[in-house]
Amino acid sequence: MNEPVLHRVGDKLPLLLQSGEHDLCPGCGEPVALRILLETIAELGMAASTVGVVGIGCYTVFSRTLDVDLVQALHGRAPSVATGVKRMLPDKTVFTLQGDGDMVNEGLQEVLHTAARGENVTCVLLNNGVFGETGGHMTATSVIGQRTKTSLEGRDADYHGYPIVIGDLIARLEGAAYVGRGSVQSAGAVARTKRMMRKAFETQRAAKGFSLVEVLTMCPTGWFVPTAEGPSYMGETLAQVHMMGELKAR
Amino acid sequence: MSKRLVEGSEAIADAAIAAGCRFFAGYPMTPFTEVLENFAKKLPAVGGVCVNAESELEAVGMAWGALATGARAATGSTGQGLSLMQESFSEITLAELPLVAFNMARGQGDYFQSTRGGGHGDYRHIVLAPMDITEAVELTQLAFHLADVWRNPVLVQGDYLLAHTAEAVDVAPIDFGPVAPKDWAADGTMSGTGQSRIISPLGIGKRNTPGPGMEAHMQAVADKLARIAAGEARAETGFVDDAEHLVVAFGTPAKFVRYAVRVLRERGLRVGYVRPITLWPFPTEAVAEAATGKRSVLVFEINAGQMVDDVRLAVLGAAPVSSIGGISTDSSGFGVGALLDVEVIAGRIENAVGVAA
Repeated sequence: MNEPVLHRVGDKLPLLLQSGEHDLCPGCGEPVALRILLETIAELGMAASTVGVVGIGCYTVFSRTLDVDLVQALHGRAPSVATGVKRMLPDKTVFTLQGDGDMVNEGLQEVLHTAARGENVTCVLLNNGVFGETGGHMTATSVIGQRTKTSLEGRDADYHGYPIVIGDLIARLEGAAYVGRGSVQSAGAVARTKRMMRKAFETQRAAKGFSLVEVLTMCPTGWFVPTAEGPSYMGETLAQVHMMGELKAR
Repeated sequence: MSKRLVEGSEAIADAAIAAGCRFFAGYPMTPFTEVLENFAKKLPAVGGVCVNAESELEAVGMAWGALATGARAATGSTGQGLSLMQESFSEITLAELPLVAFNMARGQGDYFQSTRGGGHGDYRHIVLAPMDITEAVELTQLAFHLADVWRNPVLVQGDYLLAHTAEAVDVAPIDFGPVAPKDWAADGTMSGTGQSRIISPLGIGKRNTPGPGMEAHMQAVADKLARIAAGEARAETGFVDDAEHLVVAFGTPAKFVRYAVRVLRERGLRVGYVRPITLWPFPTEAVAEAATGKRSVLVFEINAGQMVDDVRLAVLGAAPVSSIGGISTDSSGFGVGALLDVEVIAGRIENAVGVAA
């Protein structure tokens, strides 16, 4: 499990980060997912030619520290904004950074149409199955039985409806060229997710069409579990519905 | 170039492209649809892009992204579609992006939407209201210039008549003077340098290049809007000096009012007019000056009475202000109703000032 690359990256600030400081909760998976994203961009030599579009969620705090030209989008609208950026700058690498509330709740239409158009952008979804920033509310990816502040007894299909498994939905669209779902719950998962991230950006660079990397991230605060139990809780809940793996590669 | 007979919607697209617009995104909606059609036809030929967006929300989002790269970009709809864009309009204004938007409205019922904004927070858009296609060619190009100068959205307010009638016009590029280089654009070239940029409505900046913060940023935008209000108001006046009565109207109906005023002058009625060309900033001083000493100020607009509020605020009780317009449309609800007729307007003016018909 302890691949050499992990030793190297663990104690070094990624190239595209102005500072490692952040005020996210202990046990949060988002900083790890962000490191995967930034390292991939740098390793592919795209550092000086990348534009990011950031949604609204806990990860938005990284807008201040990401050393990438950024556009701050409204909640849910990042794929449309990325479309405008890419259409004007087709030679640049364009990504979105969104959470499940942003992409699958508020912005479902935007991401589906962007994928269906085959827009040559990479959307990165940090999926923790909960609105972390507002303090633990149900999202469209919350799994059946999951307790949130708006599903106090656990998500009930009859009352709250079923979760949307977004990666699988997008993979069925002709315009989607690459879809992968990984996680950051273990060192091995991080390495696998990083390979997916690399493939997604290579897909964009080869102008093959839309790419999505869905990263399951721990949110012990929003899940109301002890910090140390985040990874195992994810494995028993979120990862059972949002199954990890490469869903599409063209 | 020579003059060519073109519909307003085509002339607007031509004028936008002449001004350097290279991106347009929109969603079809009558009577705006033909503006979108013309951008779709014309933009690819100049290396631009027109996206038939899946909704108005996405259209304005796409324009937002194109603007962020430093390109001249636009969107548009009717008032109904612009209602859907208001969330983005609010934030694009705070992000200080030079959006141009077109409203081919159904009548003039969108005056409040255009001048107050239907979105959240403190924001205003410069609103230009051409009375005909010749003026629309000029004001469309001016819109892109003002948007860049002020880094603030500009709305071009038209209607069915403007979009769907034809005039002989010459769409030549107009030089309004230089604008500052867009060194704020997020085009990827500063990524990884430690000085990367962020385009954000939040005033946050980056760790190495901090922004002013939310409160100071919103105050700076408010101060800028005050400078626009003080410097960009435009209006046309006619027959004002010896007039006893004044009529205020904007957009295509103002051209009918102008003609009705001439007809009434021939009948011996001393009436003049003011035509606001900018709806925001409202030409308060021009209206106040023109209203001085008048026996009555009449406001003709194709709605239930909206601009009349701004006229009252300008006149401040110096003359009685009344509304002589009204709701008027064809059976579709999109087009021109019976009120938009010189004799009907002249009759309403005569009634209001007590001349027997």
